[in-house]
Amino acid sequence: MARAAASGKSRKTKAVAAPQGPEREPLLAWYRDMLLIRRFEERAGQLYGMGLIGGFCHLYIGQEAIAVGIQAVRKPGDQVITGYRDHGHMLVCGMDPREVMAELTGRAGGSSRGKGGSMHMFSTEAGFYGGHGIVGAQVSLGTGLALANSYRGNGNVAFAFFGDGAANQGQVYESFNMAELWSLPVVYVIENNQYAMGTSIERSSSETHLHRRGASFRIPGEEVDGMDVVAVHEAAARAAEHARTGQGPYILEMKTYRYRGHSMSDPAKYRTREEVEEVRRNRDPIDHVQEILIEKGWADEAALKAIDAEVRAIVADAAEFARISPEPDPSELFTDIYVGAER
Amino acid sequence: MTDILMPALSPTMEEGTLAKWYVKAGDAVRSGDVIAEIETDKATMEVEAVDEGVIEAILVPEGTEEVKVNTPIARLSAGAVATPSPPPVAPPIPPPAVPTVTPPVVATVAAPSGDPSPPPAGTVSGRRTTVRDALRDAMAEEMRRDETVFLMGEEVGQYQGAYKVSRGLLEEFGPRRVIDTPITEHGFAGLGVGAAMAGLRPIVEFMTFNFAMQAIDHIINSAAKTLYMSGGQITCPIVFRGPNGAAARVAAQHSQDYSAWYAHVPGLKVVAPYDAADAKGLLKAAIRDPNPVVFLEHEMLYGQEFEVPDDPDWTVPIGKALIRRPGRDVTLTAHSRMVGMALEAAEILSKQGVEAEVIDLRTLRPLDHETILESVKRTNRIVSVEEGWAPMGVGAEIVARVAAEAFDWLDAPPLRIAQADAPLPYAANLEALALPSVERIVEAALKVCYR
Repeated sequence: MARAAASGKSRKTKAVAAPQGPEREPLLAWYRDMLLIRRFEERAGQLYGMGLIGGFCHLYIGQEAIAVGIQAVRKPGDQVITGYRDHGHMLVCGMDPREVMAELTGRAGGSSRGKGGSMHMFSTEAGFYGGHGIVGAQVSLGTGLALANSYRGNGNVAFAFFGDGAANQGQVYESFNMAELWSLPVVYVIENNQYAMGTSIERSSSETHLHRRGASFRIPGEEVDGMDVVAVHEAAARAAEHARTGQGPYILEMKTYRYRGHSMSDPAKYRTREEVEEVRRNRDPIDHVQEILIEKGWADEAALKAIDAEVRAIVADAAEFARISPEPDPSELFTDIYVGAER
Repeated sequence: MTDILMPALSPTMEEGTLAKWYVKAGDAVRSGDVIAEIETDKATMEVEAVDEGVIEAILVPEGTEEVKVNTPIARLSAGAVATPSPPPVAPPIPPPAVPTVTPPVVATVAAPSGDPSPPPAGTVSGRRTTVRDALRDAMAEEMRRDETVFLMGEEVGQYQGAYKVSRGLLEEFGPRRVIDTPITEHGFAGLGVGAAMAGLRPIVEFMTFNFAMQAIDHIINSAAKTLYMSGGQITCPIVFRGPNGAAARVAAQHSQDYSAWYAHVPGLKVVAPYDAADAKGLLKAAIRDPNPVVFLEHEMLYGQEFEVPDDPDWTVPIGKALIRRPGRDVTLTAHSRMVGMALEAAEILSKQGVEAEVIDLRTLRPLDHETILESVKRTNRIVSVEEGWAPMGVGAEIVARVAAEAFDWLDAPPLRIAQADAPLPYAANLEALALPSVERIVEAALKVCYR
């Protein structure tokens, strides 16, 4: 689950007793996880520019607080499923950054042995069910994961992530209906980053408050500041509790923003440079946590630098692995088409 | 005086049981009064009087089975309305596309030696079962055997199945395992695939595969491809099943044959059985298969009876064709309902001195090319028969493989029998014109034999 390796390293200042809000340990872990995603994605962007990553590559930069805040409420056996902007989710689910990066470069060491690419990675071990390239498909599939939980009565919750673009797909509402009808343990997390590719939410949606989209199915929903990991975590805890206790699905609309283009080839004509700069400067999810950590005295400059160094080392190692890992053997063309290798 | 005729309750109904009379001779009835109850293996329905008058005579007593559609069942004396009204529901001309009865040769012909899966009859004791009940028995047995198997779809539970295939399953297994879904194909197919990814074994019933077009994204993009894209990590043991192809007089949107569509896709297995033994054995095999299986049934076969082995563990291997009738002169390949037509054609051909070998493909993916090629190397001639359209179709694939791998054995260009290259029309005469027929198969077989 959430990686907390760095959190113990910088215990220098005494934690201030906080009656409410975040505590020191998880906040440091979240900071580190968000930073890992940020640095990982920056490196992926570089590798794309160098021609090492091909095809589509959708970066999660700007949206880190959502994956991290939700992850913090996952229990063993809870599933996560998302669309194609999936690298961040995979990292916080506990997938090996080497395997994720090597999948991006299409190498044998990748988590799908080079056969899935950026949009199609999975780890049953980490409870991560993809990585889906068809907009909205993960919502029905994620509801199916919840159906399996309900069928087995195992107390697990499925978290289905999708964007404001997917929120206009018909199957989302077909799934909402069945999820509430059958009280399935699923939390729908809408990552509303304001743009479906290049189409702003105002230009695509008659109801732009996406947390209301469950109203006609009697599914409760709430709007959350998706740039604030603490707020995400609190809302996620409420939603997960609702789903886990047999009350059915719950919708969280995360107001967020992606700094980069939709994919690597984005004309960037649909929004202004100033708009992006404004969010970076004033609403950045990582800066926000850094401010809390400093303000509360939970970490100093040196401690934060140490976290940054650790994260950079992980990313550099992953990038190197992804560079030197061999391409898949030609025989892999015909493996994994059928279980049992029958043709 | 007006005859009240046995009505057709569905496009494919040929006969039914007159379950109950609500009136007796001498009773006065008004238009709209319920006068009788009719049952078929598929449905139960009330018969209403269509005119005013007095019941003069009951012609078919209560409890009579196998009453043919359009048989006079009662006589009504003229009431207030002077002109007799038309008979209820009955079409003026019986639909020509209604299937003929089970051909006599079915499942009684021994397979030649070397066939991997001989037909059941003669080898084990069995009993006559409809294809419909064989499918139900397969699901029930597998659900008893494996707790993770469940059925979901429209009307599979309380309604007992739109075609009564799931009759009795809700009573035995309860609503947790026999799930009535809303009308929401795209959504429930996705839920099924998700549940399969989580390790359950869903059977997703489509009321017809025509409606599965709304769900085809999940069948192909989610179910068929994920094992590959996950490097072998995510399996999807799911069965998508339901009637496929033309029923009778339901027009283009309800009549399409999707065999070629699904058989095109790596990652899917595609099965299309003909008789009840295969329907049961292949469905059990499909449910146990760790891969996504598209299981194409045929509404026109549901009511047909065949021998089914008593063996409680009866399965038929996916991927093996069956030679249903051996012959030396010409190979006929067919699947699903077309097998019956091919067998009828073979019978007619035999009387004309042409011995046709009929191969029931049974599985379309993986296709058993070996059995086809071996047969062609013996007969030197082939006619493929399919209900769907010819372009890019099942026959196109078979003929291409035969041309590539048995070219030197061919004594005549291969021929394909398929549906006319047009949307299936509603009009009875046009529909009959569009669909493959025994006559066309006979004609094609004679042509490749230069007769």
